[in-house]
Amino acid sequence: MSALLDISHLTVSFDLPTGAVEAVKDVSFQVPAGETVALVGESGSGKSVTSTAIMRLLPDLARIEGEIRFDGQVLNRLSPKAIRRLRGNDIGMIFQEPMTSLNPMHRIGRQIGEVLRRHKGMNGDQARTRVLELLTQVGIPEPERRIQSYPHELSGGQRQRVMIAMALACDPKLLIADEPTTALDVTVQAQILQLLKSLQQRYGMAILFITHDLTLVRHFADRVCVMQHGHLVESGLTREVFDAPQHAYTRMLLAAEPKGRKVPVNEDSPLVLDARDIRVRFTTKRRMFGPDDTFEAVRGISLKVKRGQTVGIVGESGSGKSTLGRALLRLLPSEGTIAFDQQALEGLDQKALRPLRSRLQVVFQDPFGSLSPRMTVGEIISEGLRVHHPELSRRERDARVVEALKDVSLDPAMRARYPHEFSGGQRQRIAIARAVVLKPEFLLLDEPTSALDRSVQVTVVELLRDLQQKYDMTYLFISHDLAVVRAMSDTVLVMKNGEVVESGTTEAIFDHPSMPYTQALIEASFLNRAA
Amino acid sequence: MTSSTPTPYRGEHDGTPLPAGAPNPPSGPDRHTGESLGREAWRRLKQNRAAMLSLILMVILALVCFIGPYLLPWGLDEVDWNSFQTAPSMTDGHYAGTDANGRDLLVRTLFGGQVSLSVALMATFVSLLIGVIYGAVAGYVGGRTDNLMMRFVDIMYSLPFMFLVILLMVVFGRNIFLIYAAIGAVEWLDMARIVRGQTLALKRREFIEAAHALGVSGPTIVRRHLIPNTLGPVIIYVTLTVPKVILLESFLSFLGLGVQEPLTSWGVLISEGKDMMESAPWMLIVPSVFLAVTLFCLNFLGDGLRDALDPKTR
Repeated sequence: MSALLDISHLTVSFDLPTGAVEAVKDVSFQVPAGETVALVGESGSGKSVTSTAIMRLLPDLARIEGEIRFDGQVLNRLSPKAIRRLRGNDIGMIFQEPMTSLNPMHRIGRQIGEVLRRHKGMNGDQARTRVLELLTQVGIPEPERRIQSYPHELSGGQRQRVMIAMALACDPKLLIADEPTTALDVTVQAQILQLLKSLQQRYGMAILFITHDLTLVRHFADRVCVMQHGHLVESGLTREVFDAPQHAYTRMLLAAEPKGRKVPVNEDSPLVLDARDIRVRFTTKRRMFGPDDTFEAVRGISLKVKRGQTVGIVGESGSGKSTLGRALLRLLPSEGTIAFDQQALEGLDQKALRPLRSRLQVVFQDPFGSLSPRMTVGEIISEGLRVHHPELSRRERDARVVEALKDVSLDPAMRARYPHEFSGGQRQRIAIARAVVLKPEFLLLDEPTSALDRSVQVTVVELLRDLQQKYDMTYLFISHDLAVVRAMSDTVLVMKNGEVVESGTTEAIFDHPSMPYTQALIEASFLNRAA
Repeated sequence: MTSSTPTPYRGEHDGTPLPAGAPNPPSGPDRHTGESLGREAWRRLKQNRAAMLSLILMVILALVCFIGPYLLPWGLDEVDWNSFQTAPSMTDGHYAGTDANGRDLLVRTLFGGQVSLSVALMATFVSLLIGVIYGAVAGYVGGRTDNLMMRFVDIMYSLPFMFLVILLMVVFGRNIFLIYAAIGAVEWLDMARIVRGQTLALKRREFIEAAHALGVSGPTIVRRHLIPNTLGPVIIYVTLTVPKVILLESFLSFLGLGVQEPLTSWGVLISEGKDMMESAPWMLIVPSVFLAVTLFCLNFLGDGLRDALDPKTR
């Protein structure tokens, strides 16, 4: 029996002006009908290129060699017209970013209906009936009303459901899901995966599931193919690969889960930060008369942080965790009292705050957005020194920059380069160096590992732990990633809609969560119990 | 100590490889931290052949315009009674012919170049200076200040340009610097809007927030973080402004508000030449060629500068 999708010796190369670059090298695997095959790898491994090659959606300068056989046809030899008939009809596709893969100008009913009209030749009424049916199947509430909605009126999870409805519209034999849940919150992610699984059982379609997240693969896929640098390094049944990984890279990936717990600090360690009843309001609409419309993003949160401690703040997007962090550092105006090292922060203006800034530092989530693209790494790291230690000579400043780069295990010779020359993990190290060069006592880490590959995450977590020990720093660690928070924190705050749902020591929260929301969150993130 | 034992630099091997084809510049002692963006940009500009050629051509053109007329035997308003509206010739010394009044066209074109080039340079510089600072400050400060500043721009927009120029004439009398001022005073409005738009987008980026968290002061953030990152669109807009300014000046002169006879400019010469297109085509062709070459060079130079100032295109 032959597989539904049979890829043999696939090589994809891009003809760049600087020479040909091979993104996928001699990859062969099969997707049997009705099964789920996961294609796993870190960024740059060629997994997305493979999936777009199947759909022939690659740019013109890509050259495909080998054979992609789908249901008896060789896809890479079909005419553009023939492949268009297959796309969306026999092969459906879901993309990573539900925000951008729907056209914001059209109602969702029309976008789903377009596929039906095009491939099945349905008229308006037939298409509408089918769209309603699909929306019900993918679990969109009130489909009659939602069919008239524009994409911006839906949440991220709902948009991804619409994308799935669109992909399923013509009963495809194969569904290609390219990181379908990466942009979603964990609880939503679990729902979407559950949905895909039940739809698969109902329609008997095969799923090619592309992801970087191994925990998802374990719970979701029948077979797994591991890719590294364009090569397929290992493939097999999911259970076998996970139980006895053959290739070193697979073993490394499987082991790449932040491990260990933080050593707790002494009971009598002094309070560094004491915040009471913090509230942050945003004005959503100004009125000429009467009070403005406001939205309260943080609703009366108090927290205490002791020296040397790490407090983890967990929550899904929109829970107000980043807003809280920024308010504590007075990067946003807020109500309530904040005492840092027994000094009140709330009354100070920006100028009075300046001397304290060197003691309170921050590392942001996006390593691509947090470094100014027109400054060298040396200039970026030394900027804080220029503000807080103007007495340093150029040479002394340079020496401090070198030291900071060594602290984050980067080659100091790199300081003349610009940020775009570095990988994501390296950039995050630069951002950490920028904060650490000032020897701060308190460091706000706002999702510092979320944009990074798992294996890089592990090294950054280790680095942060080492630096905390070395400089006796106190961390406020904001993340939606429970595995990382568990490895980093002494105590954890779980936030939802601007309020604290539950707080306690890391052990208490992770081993015996008392609130249903916390339980759901932990359940949905498929944590490894053993770690 | 860390200096004696070589630390394993994890950087290069932490999973994510650099994008394919990423350049790997030398990182030895010859490239230390202090290298300014300016010097680096100059080095990169020198590698761009089209831009360098344009730059050299521009310099030559400017030198010819400012020195050339004094090497030719004719004056700006000197009438050669033997040749009225004669075609270019190598024998009678009128290498580009003469106009209807018997004045040497080459000399007039070169003098016109002085006016056109200096107007273009000054007015663009004025608009750049005011527009970039104004736009960046408005966008960065935001809120009510931004609102007030941009409403002022709107009011300036709604004033008729002619009205502004006539007003300036009445107050200060006729003067070539007035043309610079008048044109500059109008052109900066567009620049301010472009820079403000860029700033609003940049302001939300995390590196600006990081600078705040470092305690960098507002003016420094505008100078060090915002303005350098708006350079790309600004330079493109400058290369579009220069031809606009040259044409605006000819329009003013045409209405009798700009340069006055016998002084001239490329715009004036072209508009005169246009009327004589059939009987004396050289009167249109000669100044047009000078203008076209200038604009051509500026476009290449603008592209080259934009790339040179962007560290990503190395």
